Amino acid sequence: MLAMNYRGPYRVRLVEKPMPKILHPEDAIVRVTRSCICGSDLHLYHGMVPDTRVGSTFGHEFTGIVESVGPWLQKLKVGDQVLVPFNVACGKCSFCKQGLYGNCHESNSMATAVGGIFGYSHTAGGYDGGQAEYVRVPYADVGPTLIPPEMDPDDAVLLTDVVPTGYQAAEMGGIKEGDTVVVFGAGPIGIMAARCAWFFGAARVIIIDHIDYRLEFAKNYAKCEAYNFKEMADPVIFLKKATDWYGADVCIDCVGCEAEGNTLQTFSGRIALMQAGAATALQWAINSVKKGGIVSIVGVYGPPFNLLAIGNVVNKGITIRANQSAPKRLMPKLFDHVLSGRLDPKGLITHRVPLKDVSDAYRLFSSKLDNCIKTVLIP
Amino acid sequence: MKSINKNYKNIPGWGLDIDPENEPTYPIKNYTGDDHNRINYERSPQQPLTIEILLSTERPGPTAVFGTSVPPSGLSGAIRRYAFKHSEDRYRHWIPLILADRINVFEGLIDDIKNGHLPNLIKERGLAVEWKHNRAAVLKKAVFAALVGAALWASCKKRK
Repeated sequence: MLAMNYRGPYRVRLVEKPMPKILHPEDAIVRVTRSCICGSDLHLYHGMVPDTRVGSTFGHEFTGIVESVGPWLQKLKVGDQVLVPFNVACGKCSFCKQGLYGNCHESNSMATAVGGIFGYSHTAGGYDGGQAEYVRVPYADVGPTLIPPEMDPDDAVLLTDVVPTGYQAAEMGGIKEGDTVVVFGAGPIGIMAARCAWFFGAARVIIIDHIDYRLEFAKNYAKCEAYNFKEMADPVIFLKKATDWYGADVCIDCVGCEAEGNTLQTFSGRIALMQAGAATALQWAINSVKKGGIVSIVGVYGPPFNLLAIGNVVNKGITIRANQSAPKRLMPKLFDHVLSGRLDPKGLITHRVPLKDVSDAYRLFSSKLDNCIKTVLIP
Repeated sequence: MKSINKNYKNIPGWGLDIDPENEPTYPIKNYTGDDHNRINYERSPQQPLTIEILLSTERPGPTAVFGTSVPPSGLSGAIRRYAFKHSEDRYRHWIPLILADRINVFEGLIDDIKNGHLPNLIKERGLAVEWKHNRAAVLKKAVFAALVGAALWASCKKRK
């Protein structure tokens, strides 16, 4: 079968790989019909995530058709059309039982700080991902969800990560009616978080980024205010002024480890790798939120640590809420939002690229060319 | 969960201020008390260990399933094995992994050449797309690289 193959930072290609096999009685093999490149795949592509081995196949946002099933599976059958949430979850451990599917204790032998994720380095379990024609899906009775016949396939593939992560980012913000919410990062997740903030009763949603075409897109898609931090002397002062010198009620970090905007953070985090990426957006979130406010983090940070103003977290009494999202927990609610037309995930897709052009697709997304917001690979 | 102090509920004031509403993880976590059972849950059968996988030292053993993407091999594999002797808390775990990743890139190139495949770096890096949509940046990088190369060449020549 054909699969994307990582060869080193900024280098990927399409190769012929052996067909995946059922290795566990709860496995399924899925023939991929759509697979997205996620913003967090770029952290792998840029060589920012430790234990990303040459030869790996990325891809944690995919839909497909069940090709074969392990003997223990009871819910899935061959031919089912499924969307596969990005996290590998057993459904039995203490964390899964409490809805923390992103923190499964039985899916990642190689690290305890993160559960298993498809195609996301050996730090996240060493699973091959869905940017391929076929993929092995462990615990296939737990994560994979049947796609309703009336759902657009493009909407379905975005329900594997972008929509639930954006939604959970807003949910973790504990937004109260009338709140001002600031979202850092106008990538697909940030745009979705800004859109979803309205579901929770926000009165004002502000998105901050430095790429004009994305800010324009966010303004239209998420009906929010959008500002370019490169046009500000100091984003924190700007946000303080914008909130009557009080601070935002909720700040959401949808940027993660490859933030721009602070030379020291950029050098120490992205160039010298002395910390787990540049935590510029998170620093701004901590300093822009009101006293007693909430900072929600879904941006991806690698191990081991980041330089942050923890003293300000303590002194301002900030609550930090963060996690990998749990699409399985959110699916009923999100299906309702999508099928009722309130949410239009496929509106984020700007590029559809054949899998054979995977190296071009990565470059397009990484360099933010051709006004790219979201790229879908079609095997 | 077992407490070391069997009579902890007799401590004056024990449980007086329990507030079930004080749950910052709601609704992300549906608190059921399962945390107190620790790892004593019903576990799926173990995936057969047919390849080498490196285990976090913060676990008692492998998870029921695991990825089989790229087993450790070569020099990078040896470095990764060293890294996995240390906990996720230690630099001694993560820095060697980053080093192994970089060495692995060269191992990949050597493997390619051994297998008679000369990697097409322009194609793999998607430079044609960059050229199509962002020609100025490509030219800028090329000029910069040429200047650095020329400076190095001049410096070497001067030393000779």
